[in-house]
Amino acid sequence: MVSGRRPAGVTADARVRRLLGGQPFFQAWRGVSLALLLLFLVSSLLAHGSGLAATHPWLGPLGAVALGSGVALLGLALLLLWARWGTLADPFFRSLTGSAGATVLGIFCIVIVVLAYTSWPSLTEFGWSFLWTQTWNPNPDLPPVRFGALPFVYGTLVTSAIAMALGIPVSLGIAVFLTELAPTWLRGGLSFVIELLAAVPSVVYGLWGLFVLVPIMRSSVEPGLFATVGNLPVLGELFTPGPFGILGLDKLTAGVILAIMIIPTISAISRDALAAVPTDQREAALSLGATQWETTRVSVLPYARSGILGAITLALGRAVGETIAVTFVIGNSNHILGSLLAPGQSIASWIANQFQESTLPLEKSALLELGLVLLLMSLVINVGARLLIRRAPGFEGGAA
Amino acid sequence: MNVAMSAACLACVALALLPLGSILYTSVDRGSRVLSVTFFTENQPYPCNPGVTQGCQYGGIYNAIQGSLVLIGLAAAIALPIGILTGIYLSEFARTRVGSTIRFVADVMTGLPSIVVGIFVYSLFILAANLGWISFNLVLSALSGAIALSVIMIPIVARTSEEALRLVPTATREAALALGIPRYRVVLRIVLTTGRAAVLTGALLATARAMGETAPLIVTDFGSSFAFSGIDHPSASLPLSIYSWTISPYANWQADAWGATLVLVAIMLGISVVARLALRQRFGRTIA
Repeated sequence: MVSGRRPAGVTADARVRRLLGGQPFFQAWRGVSLALLLLFLVSSLLAHGSGLAATHPWLGPLGAVALGSGVALLGLALLLLWARWGTLADPFFRSLTGSAGATVLGIFCIVIVVLAYTSWPSLTEFGWSFLWTQTWNPNPDLPPVRFGALPFVYGTLVTSAIAMALGIPVSLGIAVFLTELAPTWLRGGLSFVIELLAAVPSVVYGLWGLFVLVPIMRSSVEPGLFATVGNLPVLGELFTPGPFGILGLDKLTAGVILAIMIIPTISAISRDALAAVPTDQREAALSLGATQWETTRVSVLPYARSGILGAITLALGRAVGETIAVTFVIGNSNHILGSLLAPGQSIASWIANQFQESTLPLEKSALLELGLVLLLMSLVINVGARLLIRRAPGFEGGAA
Repeated sequence: MNVAMSAACLACVALALLPLGSILYTSVDRGSRVLSVTFFTENQPYPCNPGVTQGCQYGGIYNAIQGSLVLIGLAAAIALPIGILTGIYLSEFARTRVGSTIRFVADVMTGLPSIVVGIFVYSLFILAANLGWISFNLVLSALSGAIALSVIMIPIVARTSEEALRLVPTATREAALALGIPRYRVVLRIVLTTGRAAVLTGALLATARAMGETAPLIVTDFGSSFAFSGIDHPSASLPLSIYSWTISPYANWQADAWGATLVLVAIMLGISVVARLALRQRFGRTIA
């Protein structure tokens, strides 16, 4: 339906005129002013006389007048919008959607401001030493009451490093398979199945990890690792059992689950990056006599390097922030233990465990500061990822 | 060498499909043991060990499903309008620095850790309660849980609806404008209608993701053992119930956790399949 059968100015006054029963222009606006005055009086009197002033002290006489004039102004704005819809519609719509966008921006700023404000007591109390303190003592009867982030930052970094080390090769293998090696009829279905890994909620990963993966790690994988690698001079340090023996609840298991969770992210974006490589590149290499693998290695992968790096960084951001799956299997030990087969604690899992149980305000503030640290880590990683993806040639980078 | 690398890539695919198959198999195997009609109509049972305690019930997930529906309904009611309007803004009007800033921020916000969003909403409610604007019992309630979920959903909905509307060809917009249709009408009636399937699919996927979120709910909506009692009280939710049942030492709760997992995984996979089918008819590639 196409609007604007008559010019907007004629339609506006015609509407108002029709509303007031065919009065001429001047009298129409007199009636509108009277209506607005009534609106102002009624809302002010209602606000003042309704008894809300008892519970909301700002609603005294002046407050009621302010509220009334606010309501009247709102009524005037709505009337103007309705009367002049023809010319005002487009700017109104644009500012409506623009304010939605501003809301998104505002939410982001409010997140940072609120976290900084609520962690201020802890920030001022501990300063930079928060980042390298190992103790977490909320008990005032055993002074000093100190909080430190080091064990959790260590746990986060170690589990993310394991996830990267295990996840990147597998995901790249999948992406190469999907773009280069798979027959065409298989590609769509197989990539959908890989993306199903992303559809599984993290609590299900935690449950499965706790009841299926941990027994496997405890009974076969970790004793095997300890037996083979554990006796080597330097590397063996990483694979000796922790203080309670081989439980299966340790950083290695958490890293494995994180690796499984980031596989769909990396492989989906890398697949898009590899698919965006023009066929000329492949054909040029093939015409020079390269094999399939040499073509991929020499002319496809370097071209898609930015996109793949962006995918990896994005997945790192996900791994750093993952809470529930890690909480179930990391062993929940607030000590920095060198071995991968020893339990640990990540920032997110510590916050999830401790937040509801903390009573000391300073501890809550320290937990919020820990959340701020996590937020800044994931912000830096995400910003880096987005910049890398944008720089990738010919690659849009979907809303992954 | 060539053959070795091809075999290695195939092995990678198999390595990725193995955990998926294991999760599905274990959910079906252990979950179907507690699945029955009463599983969907009864509330959370008293914790006990069947075989040890007499009269130990397996109970059900009725309150969890109730709570989940309320939470995502409220979260979607908040997040979908804001997200879709932002998506419209980003695809139609945002050719400026401000627009690309909002796009970048929305991108970055999709990667916010969910636990950080949870403690942010908790702090926000505490600050508001300290100022006297709201009462303290709203801090741990379904309302704060829903707001946390909507903060997670908004950037996802914004980006997916922007991508969806970008796929509508510019020629369509230009043809409509050439006919004299005002800009807002072009966007609402023509562009949005054409990209309707993809926008709704993005909204569906964001809602599905919110349905599976646990971490923000741990610190805002505390979780409850009882049926839903209003948005100003804590409420149960499907992933939250799975979480608290799994870490408990009671066998009937752990068995119920598997049953709830089966239901949750079935819902999530079903939504993924529906989304993929809906998008395939219109566009060749997936949006989300």
